[in-house]
Amino acid sequence: MMKRTIPMLLAMAAGIVMILAYFFPLLAPLQDKTTVWFNILAAVAFILGGGNLLKVHLKKVSDRREGWAYSMITLAAFVSVLAIGLFKIGVNPLDEFPAQRMAGDFRAEGSGFWYVYEYVFAPLTATIFSMLAFYVASAAFRAFRAKNLEAILLLGTAFVILLGRTAAGVFLTDFLPEEGMLANFRLENLTVWIMNNPVTAGNRAIMIGIALGTASVSLKILLGVDRSYLGGGD
Amino acid sequence: MPCFSLTSLLLVAEEAAAAAETVESTGLLNMDRLPLLGVTVFFVVAVVFWISVARSGGQIKVREIAGLKAIEEAVGRATEMGRSVLFVPGIQDVSEIQTIAGITVLSKVAKTAAEYDAKVEVPVARTLVMVTARETVQEAFLAAGRPDAYNEDLIYYVTDEQFGYVAYLSGMMVREKPAACIYMGCFYAESLILAETGNSIGAIQVAGTAMPAQLPFFVAACDYTLIGEEFYAASAYLSESPAELGSLKGQDLAKVLAFGLIGLGALLATATQFVPSLQGAFDFFTGTLLG
Repeated sequence: MMKRTIPMLLAMAAGIVMILAYFFPLLAPLQDKTTVWFNILAAVAFILGGGNLLKVHLKKVSDRREGWAYSMITLAAFVSVLAIGLFKIGVNPLDEFPAQRMAGDFRAEGSGFWYVYEYVFAPLTATIFSMLAFYVASAAFRAFRAKNLEAILLLGTAFVILLGRTAAGVFLTDFLPEEGMLANFRLENLTVWIMNNPVTAGNRAIMIGIALGTASVSLKILLGVDRSYLGGGD
Repeated sequence: MPCFSLTSLLLVAEEAAAAAETVESTGLLNMDRLPLLGVTVFFVVAVVFWISVARSGGQIKVREIAGLKAIEEAVGRATEMGRSVLFVPGIQDVSEIQTIAGITVLSKVAKTAAEYDAKVEVPVARTLVMVTARETVQEAFLAAGRPDAYNEDLIYYVTDEQFGYVAYLSGMMVREKPAACIYMGCFYAESLILAETGNSIGAIQVAGTAMPAQLPFFVAACDYTLIGEEFYAASAYLSESPAELGSLKGQDLAKVLAFGLIGLGALLATATQFVPSLQGAFDFFTGTLLG
């Protein structure tokens, strides 16, 4: 009962409140309250996450498992950033309390936490994100191999879109008039047509399916039909 | 604890009463959203009706979903190769419906893995997902009759940070080379990085998401992809429970309504070109009914 029924009832109540609040403004405060409850729960769970992170990596280091050195780096980074933030290292005091360094904002410009974020975290994040460009190239190379009719169509469409978005595309079909029927075949116009018509149509079909799927799964959870999130079906 | 709950309820009641005063001017029901309320009621009735039909023994057929059938193959392959199965439930919290749909698939993956005696590793980006996934996997191992094989340390928290999570997963995939990578949940820019890394290590890959922008990446890099709706149907498909299958039928009925509205809109838009007096009806349709 405590493990299944009550959590299920709580999920149902919270979900129904969220839906009804959208249509009945009277319930809006309840909706806000539900969101606050979730945030409190997530904040408490974050402590659990920190503890789990320490446990997993300390175990890896102590067992000398493959890649344990990375775990050492993770632990060192975790503990040092936590200390920098908690002890407000490098934080400048507020004008109102010049003698109280701890009263300053730990995220303010010039603080230790700010330096770590700006000069360590942000560049590392940008590095990982920039790798995406190379992955796009390798995935496109594989996807656009003309193996069958569908792949040929995909390749042709991609070729038109890519060209149409560059100066080369405009240059290649510059001989076509800017007005009239033939103007539609200029690569830059063809690109716009493909994006606005077949692509939008396909995208909307997927979106309608997704929207209905989302609503259906939500409803199954609210009705208690789908209890997989509680750890099992029955 | 009861005091806390009572206080909370009183506070909520107080706020509701305060809000009621302001609502008087706007009305009890948000009239702008009335058409949507109608559609919602239609949808709820359709789903509930088909669930009750399915429960009373009505036959409901669901087409085969290749991506879900491939999960067993993927876990089997991992067992044969003596390597692990990597399951990634996306980067959002349990408040995201895609994460819940992913957890449903995890239940099936874990059950199959327990039967095959394979190792399933689930690094997560949110702590609440970790707790939910642990419960789910434990139940799945229990259902498979292998509670002793459950190891909660294989479901662990990495980081909330999107690219920190990606960096960990990519490194882990390259080092440990899982035989199968299953991505089910809400993904953003990390989808292609993960799928391409999985592809580069030769893992069999199955993905499912309802993020339209990420679907092409998964289609390009994975062996099987559950596209939006299929991903949500996974729960019903895997459980084979009549109630869940019935909900799919109700969903189909709502789709018929959507098609009807699209057709009506197209007809009205065309007719407006020839009969300008229909402009009012068209504006009502697009502005009020669909707006």
